[in-house]
Amino acid sequence: MASETAHHSNTKRIWTVFILLSIVTIVEVVLGIFKPESVHHVHIFGLSLLNYIFIILTIVKAYYIMWAFMHLEQETKAFRWSVAGTLSFLCVYLITLVLIEGDYVYEILQTQQQKWIF
Amino acid sequence: MEATVTTAATKENIWDGGNEPLKVSYGKLMMWYFILSDSLTFCGFLVGYGFTRYKFMDTWPIADEVFNHFPFLHGVDAPMYYVALMTFILIFSSVTMVLAVDAGHQMKKGKVATYMFLTILGGLVFLGSQAWEWKNFIQGSYGAVETRGGSILQFVGEDGKQIALSDFSITDPNREDVSLTRAKGTWFMSGSSAPTYSLEEVKAGFEANPNLRIRTQNTTDAKHKQILSREESLTRLNDAVFVVEGANMIRNEYGHKTFANFFFFITGFHGFHVFTGILINVIIFTNVLLGTYQKRGSYEMVEKGGLYWHFVDLVWVFVFTFFYLV
Repeated sequence: MASETAHHSNTKRIWTVFILLSIVTIVEVVLGIFKPESVHHVHIFGLSLLNYIFIILTIVKAYYIMWAFMHLEQETKAFRWSVAGTLSFLCVYLITLVLIEGDYVYEILQTQQQKWIF
Repeated sequence: MEATVTTAATKENIWDGGNEPLKVSYGKLMMWYFILSDSLTFCGFLVGYGFTRYKFMDTWPIADEVFNHFPFLHGVDAPMYYVALMTFILIFSSVTMVLAVDAGHQMKKGKVATYMFLTILGGLVFLGSQAWEWKNFIQGSYGAVETRGGSILQFVGEDGKQIALSDFSITDPNREDVSLTRAKGTWFMSGSSAPTYSLEEVKAGFEANPNLRIRTQNTTDAKHKQILSREESLTRLNDAVFVVEGANMIRNEYGHKTFANFFFFITGFHGFHVFTGILINVIIFTNVLLGTYQKRGSYEMVEKGGLYWHFVDLVWVFVFTFFYLV
């Protein structure tokens, strides 16, 4: 509520988060341009280690945007997790199922008669 | 006022009504749940993209070979710089937005107005950048040919760098497949436009330049696109049926057909969100200037608009990762 936060300013926290987000973005871009072989060509469960790094850094960014910029850290715990928990659960669920299916279709395309579009 | 900014009236029994167990006003709560549902929509799009990419794992275009333009750097290979710049513009407009919210908490009208204005400006710059990105994507820079089976074949020099059709095609003055325009028609008719170079012109140019090779869509183990030998290239070129320049909803010179569709759909839908975000911000900005929120005694509307604006930034973070980086 506005009246509770009216007294102090969060400017310092905002700029800290901005610098953090910038650093993470720069790291992502540098990794994306150079694609170091030591991480790009190492695979865990069929996904390159570089992609894991990108995904973790993205989640870090999403955390700071939601918690600091969208003030989730100032909300009650129940409200915070009614949003973040629901979203994380449903997204992870969907991603897992659909990507497994995509991989399955890829395997089918390798062995079936139809080679290109189906 | 009661309708726009709700305040807990009673501190009595929890079941008596009128209190807020989540300690958040109705407007903010609903904005959050709207954001939740909209995030799931975007999640669906990105997962759909992921599905298609997994399905065509061997042949999917490599994003930093497609998006390598930067303003005023013609012909310079600048992968990712431009999207990184766009990301910074959006993150920075998020910062000015959160500063506006912060100033609103302290009831400083002038500061809120300044920061809101900067946020709108940032949004417009981002939208303009996206338009430029689309323009490059639609125009294309090299051109390619499509085979009967639907594969895209690109042309590379000996160094493995892509070469544009205009650099080697031999122009034929007696070309037959010209665009049918009204001026050439016998009646008020027009047909589909012909590419800048006909297939015969491209083939003639390719045969005349022994340095040229064909690059297929297949990704090798070294994570580069496969380059055929000169002999293989010459036989493969016989399968070509179309000359493809740039991108549209049917075919694109970058590779798989759905790549362009996903690009237009996902970045377009995000751009549409940025556009509505700007509209909302302009309305709120006008109200700040008119003193609406000062009179109301609360700048919560700035906060609600801010939530939406941050959401747009949040989505871009994911689009950036999954479309450009991964």
